[in-house]
Amino acid sequence: MEAESRVPGPPLSGSPPGGGGGAAAAEPRPGPPGAARAPPPPASPEELAFDDDEEDLEVFSKDTSLTEANSFSPLIPTSPSSMINQYKFEDEPELRDLFITVDDPESHITAIETFITYRVVTKTSRGEFDSSEYEVRRRYQDFLWLKSRLEEAHPTLIIPPLPEKFIMKGMVERFSDEFIETRRKALHKFLNRIAEHPTLTFNEDFKIFLTAQTWELSTHKKQGPGLFSRMGQTVRAVASSVRGGGVKNRPDMFTDINDYMETFNQKINLLDKISQRIYKEERGYYCEMKEYGPIHTLWCASEEDLVDSLKGVASCIDKCCKATENRMAGLSENLLPVLHEYVLYSEILTGVLKRRDQIQAELDSKVDALSNKKAEKDLLTEEIGNLEDKVECANNALKADWDRWKQNMQHDMKTAFLNVAENNIHYYEQCLATWESFLTSQTVDLHLGEDSEDKP
Amino acid sequence: MERPEAEVLGASDSCQAGEAEPGTGPAEEEPGGGAAGTMMEDCLSKKIEITVSEAEKRTGRNAMNMQETYTAYLIETRAVESQTEGQCSPPDSLWRRYSEFELLRNYLLVNYPHIVVPPLPEKRAEFVWHKLSADNMDPDFVERRRIGLENFLIRVASHPIICQDKIFYSFLTQEGGWKEMVNETGFQLKADSRLKALNATFRVKNPDKRFTELKHYSDELQSVISHLLRVRARVADRLYGVYKVHGNYGRVFSEWSAIEKEMGDGLQSAGHHMDVYAASIDDILEEEEHYADQLKEYLFYAEALRAVCRKHELMQYDLEMAAQDLASKKQQCEELATGTLRTFSLKGMTSKLFGQETPEQREGKIKVLEEQIHEGEEQLKSKNVEGREFVKSAWTDIERFKEQKNQDLKEALINYAVMQISMCKKGIQVWTNAKECFSKM
Repeated sequence: MEAESRVPGPPLSGSPPGGGGGAAAAEPRPGPPGAARAPPPPASPEELAFDDDEEDLEVFSKDTSLTEANSFSPLIPTSPSSMINQYKFEDEPELRDLFITVDDPESHITAIETFITYRVVTKTSRGEFDSSEYEVRRRYQDFLWLKSRLEEAHPTLIIPPLPEKFIMKGMVERFSDEFIETRRKALHKFLNRIAEHPTLTFNEDFKIFLTAQTWELSTHKKQGPGLFSRMGQTVRAVASSVRGGGVKNRPDMFTDINDYMETFNQKINLLDKISQRIYKEERGYYCEMKEYGPIHTLWCASEEDLVDSLKGVASCIDKCCKATENRMAGLSENLLPVLHEYVLYSEILTGVLKRRDQIQAELDSKVDALSNKKAEKDLLTEEIGNLEDKVECANNALKADWDRWKQNMQHDMKTAFLNVAENNIHYYEQCLATWESFLTSQTVDLHLGEDSEDKP
Repeated sequence: MERPEAEVLGASDSCQAGEAEPGTGPAEEEPGGGAAGTMMEDCLSKKIEITVSEAEKRTGRNAMNMQETYTAYLIETRAVESQTEGQCSPPDSLWRRYSEFELLRNYLLVNYPHIVVPPLPEKRAEFVWHKLSADNMDPDFVERRRIGLENFLIRVASHPIICQDKIFYSFLTQEGGWKEMVNETGFQLKADSRLKALNATFRVKNPDKRFTELKHYSDELQSVISHLLRVRARVADRLYGVYKVHGNYGRVFSEWSAIEKEMGDGLQSAGHHMDVYAASIDDILEEEEHYADQLKEYLFYAEALRAVCRKHELMQYDLEMAAQDLASKKQQCEELATGTLRTFSLKGMTSKLFGQETPEQREGKIKVLEEQIHEGEEQLKSKNVEGREFVKSAWTDIERFKEQKNQDLKEALINYAVMQISMCKKGIQVWTNAKECFSKM
């Protein structure tokens, strides 16, 4: 495991930001490389085409080979490095000095439009902030603005994802409570991720976002390049990469990252779909169970001698129903948002890689120009020098951020899936307890009761 | 023993007097001494062990000489004593198909109308959920039917009365010519017509209240069990979905692990456990089908209960009609004898209009009527005896049935709990293993 380890809880950079200030430059990180392993094997040959109905998710095989080997597989021996992973973090002190919450969605109705604002509360001990506590209201547009500013300022840093503008599929409406709550949580995550980022946390626009009053923010927004220039940047980046720009001289490391992201993108999307489907099935199960229990109670009415047993079963089913509800809540609060965030991250990473390629492309084209044109050699050389610096900075920034992102991802995935496992264990334990106590109550009666006659 | 309210108009006096207690009733081969249900030692099931051990697909030609495919079931019987001596003598065996079982049951229904005849497993798969086949040829269905048929035979063999039936015994032991033997008993002719029964149900005036209650009970039983089975099937469907979709995790984790250095092992092994989890539902739900079958048996028993009630209603109605007929004849007789006209009758009118009959004619009529009345009284007496007999023996069997039902259903519910517990334990195991793997990520 790498020396730069993760702290549990909110992701935190292990070292203070190099050089301070909001500059994009970050020193090359010492330590073991992140993705410097052998190029990953090609993605699995079966290209899973997912249609909206996710029919491919159905796995109805009656494969009996697994049922035999099942529950008694030997535990995997604990490796020393993974144990270090577990215990190291408790020693690191809490380094955060910026705490942000997003809550209290409120509806605003004007003549032109209806929109939601969220309350953003910031608590900080940093000197750069005039006060130690701020409370502002922000709408989704403002978040979009912030994101685009960050991307502009740091084209090869991995800017965290924002929740989508709309949800295309499903029955979630724009202003439904569920939608707003999901969005709120994602916005909260977004700001906190920025706060924990060694470089982004000191970004000036970020500070303004957190502290400015609504009218102040409006004014500030109007200055400087807006959304469109950022869009133009990415358009150019995409266009240039389509032309093969920047790929020719791309360092292997970034090709590796690119390949990795292709597969990762695929898998994370699948995991997202699978998890959503599980949630759906669990909800269906919950609904049916809700109807199932009461039938037993109903049956009591015509069976004097079976009242205890039937009522017992009804009560067990109801309790299991409740346990299912908890399990579902666990999914929707933990796993689903995490997976979804990483689905969005895949896109972001692709964009970052492209922008890096574009910067590379600029250099490459100037270098080509130099070899072709004899004139303007000095000018070109100077330009090339600058561009080389630019490329180096971009590469380093991306590299460092990539390492950080990778670590965060591993941590987040591990936490999320551990949580799922724990929820399931808890669910089954609850159900087990309720059925066992029913069984005890019944078998006590049975022993007191009659002897068996012939049984079929 | 309560007197059922079979006493009918005008018949009570002649009926009550000199009633013989039912010693030998209309039922065939009742063990002497009445109170059935306690003579378990006489039951066939104590003497021979019955199993339906195999099922085989056959093709043959049916009555219309068309080729058909059906399943045949192997019935094995073995004397119980031969087991205890330590030697295992080979069982006697023969093959029967479902339609022969149906024939046997119909025979029993007709000949033992006071008995709650055990039901057969369903003819066609009902209450199926998503992946369960509705096809009669599906191996799982055939297997469950095999078990159901065995259960049926054991139930019959355990019943103190019907276990002694010769046709039943031949069904178990005589391969050839059994069908002919059954048909020769002519039981089909004895069967009450549905129409007659329906008519009686509507028109009967004084059925025994207990049977009316029993009918309501059987309706409720049928309704609640149907509902339960339907919802259970839906629950099973959803549960299946939850488990099986987890199987996709297995595949994707495995693929993902290929590109991960540190997480790879953890992911891969966790994926394996997800596969195990997904696969485990098949066995779980198959066991649950057996539970569903136990409930289904009592769903079908409801119909058997209703059959007994119908028979009572039919007999009671018959009795009421006979009594009514007798009463009207007596009245006629009286009117003729005294010459008074109590009620309007065409005869009376015509005689008023066209002159009265001669005394000889009247005497003749009276004589005929008196004979008929005498016959009618005898008949009514025996019908009353029959009716009481029926009620008594039917009610005995119903009590026996109730005991059996309470015990069986209680056991079934306990079994259900046991299954749930097993499922939970498996779940805990798998997810604990998976958690272990995730923690290695």
